[in-house]
Amino acid sequence: MLLALILMASLTLYVLLGGADYGGGVWDLLSSGPRRQEQRELISNAITPVWEANHVWLVLVVVLLFAGFPAAFAAITTALNIPLTVLIIGIVMRGSSFVFRAYHTGDYRTQRRWGLIFAIASTITPLCLGVVVGAMSSGRVLVRDGVSVNGFLAPWLGTFPLMVGLFALSLFVFLAAVYLTVEGRDPALQEDFRRKALVSGVIVALMALGTFLAARTGAPDIYAGLLRPSLVWIVQGATAAYAIATFVALLKRKYKIARIAAMLQVGLILWGWALSQSPFFLQGDMTVSEAAAAPPVLWALIGATVAGLLVLFPSIWYMMQTFKANNEDIPLH
Amino acid sequence: MSDIFAARSQMAMSLVFHIIFAAIGVALPLMMVIAEGLWLRTHDAAYLCVAKRWAKGTAILFAVGAVSGTVLSFELGLLWPRFMGFAGAAIGMPFSLEGFAFFTEAIFLGIYLYGWKRVSPEIHLLAGAIVAVSGVASAMFVCLANGWMNTPTGFRLVNGQLTDINVWQALRNPAGLPEAIHMILASYCAAGFATAGVHALLALRDRSNRFHQRAIAIALLVGGSAAVAQAVSGDALARMTARNVPTKLAAMEGDFQTRSGAPLHIGGLPDVRTRQTKYAIEIPDGLSLLAFHSPHATVQGLDKTPRDEWPNVLVVHIAFQIMVGVGTLLICVALVAAWLAWRKGPLIENRRFLQLLVLCTPLGFVALESGWVVTEVGRQPWIIYHIMKTSQAVTTMPGLTTPMVLFTGLYLILAAVVIWLMSRHVIASPSEAEIHAIAGNEVPLHARP
Repeated sequence: MLLALILMASLTLYVLLGGADYGGGVWDLLSSGPRRQEQRELISNAITPVWEANHVWLVLVVVLLFAGFPAAFAAITTALNIPLTVLIIGIVMRGSSFVFRAYHTGDYRTQRRWGLIFAIASTITPLCLGVVVGAMSSGRVLVRDGVSVNGFLAPWLGTFPLMVGLFALSLFVFLAAVYLTVEGRDPALQEDFRRKALVSGVIVALMALGTFLAARTGAPDIYAGLLRPSLVWIVQGATAAYAIATFVALLKRKYKIARIAAMLQVGLILWGWALSQSPFFLQGDMTVSEAAAAPPVLWALIGATVAGLLVLFPSIWYMMQTFKANNEDIPLH
Repeated sequence: MSDIFAARSQMAMSLVFHIIFAAIGVALPLMMVIAEGLWLRTHDAAYLCVAKRWAKGTAILFAVGAVSGTVLSFELGLLWPRFMGFAGAAIGMPFSLEGFAFFTEAIFLGIYLYGWKRVSPEIHLLAGAIVAVSGVASAMFVCLANGWMNTPTGFRLVNGQLTDINVWQALRNPAGLPEAIHMILASYCAAGFATAGVHALLALRDRSNRFHQRAIAIALLVGGSAAVAQAVSGDALARMTARNVPTKLAAMEGDFQTRSGAPLHIGGLPDVRTRQTKYAIEIPDGLSLLAFHSPHATVQGLDKTPRDEWPNVLVVHIAFQIMVGVGTLLICVALVAAWLAWRKGPLIENRRFLQLLVLCTPLGFVALESGWVVTEVGRQPWIIYHIMKTSQAVTTMPGLTTPMVLFTGLYLILAAVVIWLMSRHVIASPSEAEIHAIAGNEVPLHARP
């Protein structure tokens, strides 16, 4: 159970850090208006030094998943083979086109072409990630003796998983816009992203409502769980409170407060999902303890994770100090 | 194409692709840190220029390595879910530790690449050193996991399930560490010779350029000493294989008969129907001597293994011959380089030697890839030696040819773009003015020499 919490925490950090990098890619695709070029540059500068480190949270989620919950990993990779394959193609295209774009200096057209691939891959990847999470909640990921009971399409090709995919995408896009209001030094750019953050915030709310409605038929257990008074309600209430706080802060141009509130809001959405899904790992089929490896293995993994984090957190803190503190006037190169 | 063959091809292709970037990710940071260290000591701008060029190369290659590595972590499940469900708990520990090593590498590489002006020179050098060390750690953990598949330890097999798994014992499997050392040295050797070769090619056109002189010196030092050390490491690995994975050693040597005083086959073509290795040079007692350090030791041949549990002997034998042959050649080149540098002065003035280096450019990677073929094909038909067959591990997902073709196409395109980018940004000769300009940017922050 403790390892499941660590897994959730890693996923949360991936969404809050890596997710925003994907959102940045979507804003690259959607950048418009007279300051289009400046917007793209701001996004690129915000992502460049940190995206690889942020990406590793996903690697950590995957390895902790197969090390600690091998049965769940085997079931997920079997039944959800197709969206996961698209997901990794998206990951490859996003990462490589981003560096390729950075090094195609001087040739604007080629650079734009790589930029386009980067932006499209940044859109597809979060969608697939959401679809996988949605499928895990829908109760249709059933694998018996290595064979997917529902075939290879039905476990994920449905309104609910696709709705979760769109919801995840909107969250990443929203996070990126909120972060970029803080990153931008130029007030005009800050205004651009403030507007984008407000619009995407409304879309997030709509997507949340849509996902909830889709859950009624697509994930009935989760839907019922959400309606029953429990701890889930408190988490939902807090989520709503932080969502409002983000909005108010954006309206009042208190960008740093908006950033914190948005992070809490998105983090709580994830934990609300985990809470409504527990004790199941794969809704309706496999509980967390059924999926887990033997206790000695779990304890060893927890020990290794704690030791790893002791090295990691100071390093991350140092990296953020170096690149995200107020020294934008020093160039990256 | 059968699904299992498609799955094996996709895995092989993904590894062959990733391994190049991973190897460079292990070796290039060490070389760039040496160059930067020399710049800080000597204030010779050419060293700084070398460090910056190599850092640029690392940036491109590390990104592709990071994403292709992520693909592999997913592919373990997408292609071999029954293997992961069965053994995930046993091999998860090295992968988790690798995750953290990769994390440190990514963080400090970010600081190294984009922090030239944001941190002090000493911290910058330290960040580079951390990247080099964590790259080595990553390679080690991955090899420990692969070692477990060859020599599984740390569990009991009860009713076809792994029970009482002890992850630390699994980590200390006999094949792991020798394999890891061999792989890390192979990375230094491959990247060192490749870098030296590329700079030699440019130096032939622009001989007076001190940039290339410095680059070749560092690359050859790293690549050459790794090549020489590889002989010792290879011997240790072969002796471990003789004891623990005898079928693989027999396939490597094309040795069909169990006998004492086994001869060493150099070259030759094993024929599995007649059970003979033809056209090989035989050195009497050679294999017994190498594998057990005793001329009359008994070496197990393929005859002790049931026929349906043989790997593809021809492929394993030829790959092994290529690896050993190329490795020996590179050791000779390293020794010649050392002798020339000691007796004849700067290597860069020796046209013949530069031409030789150019020819050596791809050889380290040829040896590295064939070594990987030896260890992977040599383990077949097992995915976990004597416990689980590869055919039992493959996914039930149909139509695996499609992702295989998709990823092959994707990786071919990426490879082409990377080569093109490297040739434009990392490899081109800088002019003397450019070298000064790079240093000029840096000097005001440090004490001027």
